[in-house]
Amino acid sequence: MNSTVFAPWEDPEQKPLIRFQNVTKKFGSFTAIDNLSLDIYEREFFALLGPSGCGKTTMMRMLAGFENPSSGQIELSGRNIVPVPPNKRAVNMMFQSYALFPHLTIWENIAFGLKREGKDKETIATRVHEMLRLTRLERFAKRKPHQISGGQRQRVALARSLAKAPTLLLLDEPLGALDAKLRQDTQFELMDIQEKTGTTFVIVTHDQEEAMTVASRVAVMDEGKLMQVATPDRIYETPNSVYVADFIGDVNIIEGRSRFLEEGQYEIDWAEGQQALHAATSAKFDNGQTCYMAIRPEKITITADRPEAADNCVQGKIHDIAYLGNLSTYHVELPNGTIIKAQTANTRRIARRSFTWEDQVWLSWTATAGVMLAR
Amino acid sequence: MRRFALIALPYAWLLALFLVPFLIVVKISLSDVALSIPPYSPQFSWDEGIGAFLAELDFENFVFLTQDSLYWKAYLSSLFIALVSTVLTLMIGYPVAYGMARASEEWRPTLMMLIILPFWTSFLIRVYAWMGILSQEGFLNQFLLWTGIISTPLTILNTTTAVYIGIVYTYLPFMVLPIYAALDRLDGSLIEAAEDLGCSRLSAFWLVTIPMSRNGIIAGCFLVFIPALGEFVIPSLLGGSGTLMIGKVLWEEFFSNRDWPVASAVAVVLLLILIIPIVLFQRNQQRASEAD
Repeated sequence: MNSTVFAPWEDPEQKPLIRFQNVTKKFGSFTAIDNLSLDIYEREFFALLGPSGCGKTTMMRMLAGFENPSSGQIELSGRNIVPVPPNKRAVNMMFQSYALFPHLTIWENIAFGLKREGKDKETIATRVHEMLRLTRLERFAKRKPHQISGGQRQRVALARSLAKAPTLLLLDEPLGALDAKLRQDTQFELMDIQEKTGTTFVIVTHDQEEAMTVASRVAVMDEGKLMQVATPDRIYETPNSVYVADFIGDVNIIEGRSRFLEEGQYEIDWAEGQQALHAATSAKFDNGQTCYMAIRPEKITITADRPEAADNCVQGKIHDIAYLGNLSTYHVELPNGTIIKAQTANTRRIARRSFTWEDQVWLSWTATAGVMLAR
Repeated sequence: MRRFALIALPYAWLLALFLVPFLIVVKISLSDVALSIPPYSPQFSWDEGIGAFLAELDFENFVFLTQDSLYWKAYLSSLFIALVSTVLTLMIGYPVAYGMARASEEWRPTLMMLIILPFWTSFLIRVYAWMGILSQEGFLNQFLLWTGIISTPLTILNTTTAVYIGIVYTYLPFMVLPIYAALDRLDGSLIEAAEDLGCSRLSAFWLVTIPMSRNGIIAGCFLVFIPALGEFVIPSLLGGSGTLMIGKVLWEEFFSNRDWPVASAVAVVLLLILIIPIVLFQRNQQRASEAD
């Protein structure tokens, strides 16, 4: 890995900006966060990803100071912030609903936090103008929040939370209310702004694509626990569990029993009358241990004839085709009823597509294409 | 055409039940007192024609209102009492509404019920009940004597204090309900956002909660101020002879003095005074609905 790549989490010398230490949060008898430890570094764009109710919002609210952990410690720049009230933290939050003050103009909304700091008028005016320019909102300064569009409101919320130049910016589903097209544009805008300001961003989202696009690292959460914390490509390519593999993107999961072949090579017996699958992994599996093969649809090749020299090869019949425009996903039914998804790019026009329903096809993939998982 | 029919009905209603009676009152206020039934003249009769009838009307009664200090003192005193009671009602009503809006979801219907419950009893009976509480031998004095806080009973009934207590008690729901409606709609994340941006709890309240409930406060204040200004029952039952309010003067002109023309003049002036806050109230409601 070359030295210019931003990866402070790989450097043991780096001090984290935020450190969750054995944090547990209970609401009555419900455990929202379960003995969780996590380090987040300066200048990171960190995504907390998970289904609703997984505890990601609670994590964020604890960082903002709206909730206190039942036990454990949260450090910001090496200082325990648990006893610090929200208005005294160098942390600002962009709310899911944006929470713009409807009785104030855009200008006053952005100036709100600065005024509370007791800054002089000139400093405030300069800073507000800077924020308006950063978010391209100069023209709307005099308007009230209900007089601008959803996308503009989103930018006002961002400008307001950035105005005080916080050490840490929290974004709670920041793009949830925007339509798909605007959301994509805004994702890149967020990344730009994060780079320009050098602020550490922590974003909460349930949209895996959004997390993958914007984040330097992604934490996948479930039921108050961290399932995996890694860069987007690692999360996608080498998930550590079936849960993570299944949560991120589309995947085929094949359950079977492992059989040792040679160092780093295993065979997986997965169905009566089917050839064993061949997989390469650095993990250790016992003979006969239950294991799962996770393979992404786009890593499976679909051909009319049996390919020569493929590590894994199965035959089936096309059951369904999902046409996505740029891609087509083929649902191939094997003789034993298993459905395997394979994806190809539509490089040719649809009229000249090679396969159609009920065609007999061969699916093949290499030993390293999939990931062998124990759970 | 259908639109016209839709508007026509409420307008006809207003015309029949407000404008016509009001014009009759205006007419009486321009007449002279007379020993007859009804006790004023001129009476309109078709024989003499409308011209002769109009010629007899004059503004004498209105001039009289400015000459006798009783009337303008009563107007001023009413304005003052209405204003002070509105402020008192606001000071008591706001915390009540705030508490209701912050109460847990399951408690709110009960709290709302408790606010509305007094309306199930006649207003008059409730004011009489206050006489029983506030009198020299009333429950309040008995209680205070029993606890030893006072050694001689307090004189509350038949003072202006009793009027304030009566008005605040009676009109409290009209203050609480609009403020509650405004606070209930208030998005909790706005308060969190204010705190996140550096506000203490108190300053978040001043900078966000109060301005966000402004329309509710204004509506509540008008709903208390307007009826309190012309209030008659409370000052006559609780206020005794010492309290001067225009509603009471009006009553006495009509029923004790049988001077319908002067009483009507008092009523017309009172209505003119009330038009100002009513128009302001309407404008506030309109602005509130535009903002939504």
